[in-house]
Amino acid sequence: MLELSHIHKYYNTGTVNEMCLFNDFSLSIGEGQFVSVVGSNGSGKTSMLNLICGSIPLDAGAVRIGGQDITHMPEYKRQRRIGRVYQNPAMGTCPSMTILENMSLADNKGKPFNLRRGTNKQRIEYYREQLSRLGLGLEDKLNVKVGVLSGGQRQAMALLMSTMTPIEFLILDEHTAALDPKTADIIMELTDKVVKEKHLTTIMVTHNLRYAVEYGNRLIMMHQGHAIMDKADEEKQQLQIEQILDKFNEISIECGN
Amino acid sequence: MSIVIGVIEEGLIYAVLALGVYITYKILDFPDLSVDGTFPMGAAVTAALILKGVNPAATLVLSFAAGLLAGCITGLIHVKLKVRDLLSGIIMMTALYSINLRIAGKANLPIFSKETIFENGFLESVVPGALDPYLVSVILLLIVAACKVLLDLFLKTRAGYLLRAVGDNDVLVTSLAKDKGAVKIMGLALANGFVALSGCIYCQQKGFFEVSTGTGSMVIGLASVIIGTKLFKRFYAVKATTAVILGSIVYKACVSIAIAMGMAASDLKLITAVLFLLILVISSRTERRGKIHA
Repeated sequence: MLELSHIHKYYNTGTVNEMCLFNDFSLSIGEGQFVSVVGSNGSGKTSMLNLICGSIPLDAGAVRIGGQDITHMPEYKRQRRIGRVYQNPAMGTCPSMTILENMSLADNKGKPFNLRRGTNKQRIEYYREQLSRLGLGLEDKLNVKVGVLSGGQRQAMALLMSTMTPIEFLILDEHTAALDPKTADIIMELTDKVVKEKHLTTIMVTHNLRYAVEYGNRLIMMHQGHAIMDKADEEKQQLQIEQILDKFNEISIECGN
Repeated sequence: MSIVIGVIEEGLIYAVLALGVYITYKILDFPDLSVDGTFPMGAAVTAALILKGVNPAATLVLSFAAGLLAGCITGLIHVKLKVRDLLSGIIMMTALYSINLRIAGKANLPIFSKETIFENGFLESVVPGALDPYLVSVILLLIVAACKVLLDLFLKTRAGYLLRAVGDNDVLVTSLAKDKGAVKIMGLALANGFVALSGCIYCQQKGFFEVSTGTGSMVIGLASVIIGTKLFKRFYAVKATTAVILGSIVYKACVSIAIAMGMAASDLKLITAVLFLLILVISSRTERRGKIHA
């Protein structure tokens, strides 16, 4: 259970450009939910993810995971229970380290980073097997530096790495936006598979309405720091792309553009 | 022949420094100017301790520890007080100038008559006189090799992986639920440990501490790292650490060639600076050409 309660967030406080993004925003996400979040630019989607992960401070309100208040917990400590995949494929991997070294890093999450050997040789077979499931041929390139891989390959690795150790939440921040349509489809299918297999509570921000409708069991549309559409389960299943587009247009008319 | 030996000796002394600079500049991506202060600090600690009668071999460890501490402080200034990387180094370098004078007690502290790792009763009784000219190089080689192997091994540990990750992509370190600030501090500490160790060896080989020896050590280290990594980029069998050590020797050879061509010894820092500039220009040119071809 993830809870955002009475969140207030202002940007550029104390300047003429002061902007209120969240004004008393509350949202709770139940265990095992796969939430797709859509909305126009600047509607607060990514800010919401950043608030959950602790990447930006909030001005008022509380963030709770399973009843535990994590509002003031530093970002890196929250990440023990959270896996995050970014829009930029370069954010999830280390370019100058090899595939094997990257996999080992991810595998050691939650363990002490001491003077033991960085790569556990007995785990190599497991890494190979995990990589082969991606179907990208990465299992034969264990000693290749990640920097030479394509965006799609890196994003697939980032997804694999962020879900390798036991986590409770998966945060996907437009993770298919920088990929070509075909690769994006592959990554999206992979995501769905991982989420179902590991029963992860997932929040996915996306601009791809098809993904938002097809995947997940809850859909939220954000606008000016509010959830103006929130459909779950049955309601979500009946939702069509046209309905979402209509809602989008409605907002645009309200805003006068 | 004595010139060649001189170059190798100097190159190996500064190779330890270059290994430290390699950690900050190449792995951490942090231009650490505190090096200019920690190098003479290693020398100051060593001179003061040897004059107090401490075993010269023990000063290697103690000056490494002193460097570790100084690096930690640079890291804390940068991470906890959020001062920019270059400025935290400059603050530390400036502070260390006075601290070094405090440690040594004066600007120039000779230890000529004392036993060092290069000149002591044990070595004299074991090593035949005919080998004397090569003795310093051999001892240096052993120390440098030990440093290199230890660093290589460290970079293969979990902590080493994390250190490499933080310079590469610190977002990933946060994703791994680790404090990236702490990892940076660890890297800076380790790097300055190596630099101070280099200062310690320098002091024992030259036989004195001089407060101004630190000026330009950052440049010497950087030049060695850049020469080494560029020169041996195509040789996959040569590890980066080995390349850096060889780079240090090549660099010292270039300096001694410049002096042999008629420059005065007092022009040393000028030569250091101009050579570094040349290396930067050449390496950025070849990089650009490489990109066009690729």
